[in-house]
Amino acid sequence: MTGNIPLESFLVLSTLMFFIGIFGFLTRRNLITMLMSIELILNSVNINFVAFNRYLYPDNLQGHFFSLIIIAVAAAEAAVAIAIIINIYRNFKSIEVDQVNQMKN
Amino acid sequence: MNAYSYTVLIPLIPLFVFLLTGLTGHKFKPLVSGLIGTAGLTIVAVLSYMTAISYFWTGHVEGTAYESVKAFEITWLNLTEFLTIKLGILLDPIAVMMLVVVSTVSLMVHIYSIGYMKGERGFHRFFAFLSLFTFSMLGLVLATNIFQMYIFWELVGVSSFLLIGFYYQKPSAVSASKKAFIVTRFADLGFLIGILMLSFMTNTFDFQTLVSSDGPAITHTGGMAFMGLSAITWALIFIFMGGAGKSAMFPLHIWLPDAMEGPTPVSALIHAATMVVAGVYLVARLFPVYALVAPDALTVVAWVGGISSLFAAIIACTQNDIKRVLAYSTMSQIGYMMLSLGVSGYGGHDGLGFMAGNWHLFTHAMFKALLFLGAGAIIHAVHSNDMREMGGLRKHLPITHITFLIGCLTIAGIPPLSGFFSKDEILVAALHHNKILFAIEFLVAGLTAFYMFRLYFNIFWGKETHYHHTPHESPLVMTIPLMILAFGAIFSGFLPFSELVTSDGLPFEAHINYAVAVPSVLIGVAGILVAMVMYRKSTAIPDKIAATMGGFYRGAYNKFYMDELYLFVTKKIIFRYISQPVAWFDRNIVDGTMNLIGNTIVAASNLIKGFQSGKLQQYGYVFITGTVALVIIFIFLWQR
Repeated sequence: MTGNIPLESFLVLSTLMFFIGIFGFLTRRNLITMLMSIELILNSVNINFVAFNRYLYPDNLQGHFFSLIIIAVAAAEAAVAIAIIINIYRNFKSIEVDQVNQMKN
Repeated sequence: MNAYSYTVLIPLIPLFVFLLTGLTGHKFKPLVSGLIGTAGLTIVAVLSYMTAISYFWTGHVEGTAYESVKAFEITWLNLTEFLTIKLGILLDPIAVMMLVVVSTVSLMVHIYSIGYMKGERGFHRFFAFLSLFTFSMLGLVLATNIFQMYIFWELVGVSSFLLIGFYYQKPSAVSASKKAFIVTRFADLGFLIGILMLSFMTNTFDFQTLVSSDGPAITHTGGMAFMGLSAITWALIFIFMGGAGKSAMFPLHIWLPDAMEGPTPVSALIHAATMVVAGVYLVARLFPVYALVAPDALTVVAWVGGISSLFAAIIACTQNDIKRVLAYSTMSQIGYMMLSLGVSGYGGHDGLGFMAGNWHLFTHAMFKALLFLGAGAIIHAVHSNDMREMGGLRKHLPITHITFLIGCLTIAGIPPLSGFFSKDEILVAALHHNKILFAIEFLVAGLTAFYMFRLYFNIFWGKETHYHHTPHESPLVMTIPLMILAFGAIFSGFLPFSELVTSDGLPFEAHINYAVAVPSVLIGVAGILVAMVMYRKSTAIPDKIAATMGGFYRGAYNKFYMDELYLFVTKKIIFRYISQPVAWFDRNIVDGTMNLIGNTIVAASNLIKGFQSGKLQQYGYVFITGTVALVIIFIFLWQR
């Protein structure tokens, strides 16, 4: 059931999402916005896995299973990251990455 | 194992006593350390006498030569085929003689110190160091090879350092001990050079090999001659330099008078009877090599001995500190011993000098230890070292007086005391070899009698000084060693020494040469009479003579300015022109290079530090850029 959409379109979509995520991760000041960018990256990888699974190996399901695992890991990681952000806020009274540079030099 | 294996206990017992009293002595009452030390020394003395009786009489066939016996040997460092350092015990006539001397005098000093050092802080430390010294000295005299002798030579120097500086809170004692150690260490530089040269030429350290008549030393040819003397002569002269430093020969004598800062028993043991004769023992040990291969080195030995004895005798006539008079007297008598060895030949009656030198070593140990311990008793009674503050002590210290008088008569060479016999043989040997040296020693004999009796009359006669508290005779524990040593001083002259200790081991007959003996006794008696006239009652004669001799008297009183000369050479010349430039180089150039390298690295790291800004996003950026670059290179650009 691949239809008329070529595989490359999915790959371009996921590459675009990946690099938008990276751009957001490297540029945004707010820690929570950085977290959202990370989710974008993870989702782009998910799209990659599912597309390859559907187009190259339609009889197997490993790709789908792996993207389920990635969703679970992303959720856990987001929870941990939120906990860290809350601790940073308690210590520095701010959630801007520029304020968290005590490890410099 | 051979018949003499028990001699390994002789050096080991004092070592054990040193460790025991040194580590645990402070936990018990002080007297315990003294008793342990004395007990150990008694055993050592008994073993030494057993060894001597067995070696010289019961274990020896009449008329044959005394052979050297290696009682014990272990290999310590086996480095190469030629370089092996062994430790062991070698017994031959001079070694056994020294065993008797060292153990007897050390035992007397131990007993005496129980009384003399009573109440002193550090009593147990004193006995620990005395045992350390005895161990080192015994190891030195029993050494089988020259390297072992060097090891124990240094150990003896360390013990001397520790004992001179015993009163470590007195600055003069500390500087005296430093001076002693540095001067003897400097002399040991020559000793080490000599050892290296000798062992290089003969491929051995072992004494039995070195002195054997078909061994590599005596049959040695070759080696580059330098300034007319063969290489082996130079090696032996360097070795003698080490001996000259330890024996306080001119010009390395400056440490001996200052070493009197130590307690008097130390002066008796180390700086009169045992350590200072180590140089004489060294020359005696290598005597066949000296006599047969390098007679020029023996000339050096003889002249150094002669000059030292005259030099010291002149200075001793002017000193007022009783211990300093005895110290210069020691230097003078050791000069006698060195001269005696220097004028000696080898074999039979030619070896008269060798025999006489060793005999004088034996008798000198007895009477000089006696004199020093007597001086200690006097100091103990009067609480002063200066003879100008003493007088009329013969009424207060009877036993000390008699034994001190016996010691003075012995050193002056009055028959039938022992000093007469040994000194007479030295004069005969000198007469046959070199008339000038004989004349020097003859003069010194007269001077010796003069300054010793100057000392005696000033202390025991003269005007009655008013003492703060009446001096009292020393306790029995201090006077018994005096009496035993006096006994030794009187009777050791009757030992048939020429049948026991000779240059080649074979006994020979030595007779008194009346042509030499009578004048030497007369000049000794003359010295005594002059001293009696000048000092028995306090007169103005000494001051008038001092005034007449003016500059010469002042020079002698100031020890001929040798210390000032040494200070000048070291401070103005060596420090300013050698030490300071070297120190400057070390501080500025060597340290500067290290500092430069360090500073450069710090500057570089400061540059790199800028990369760590602490900003998470910058780290992420660098990471991702790097990854992308690697991907591009490895997937697209790297053409396999």
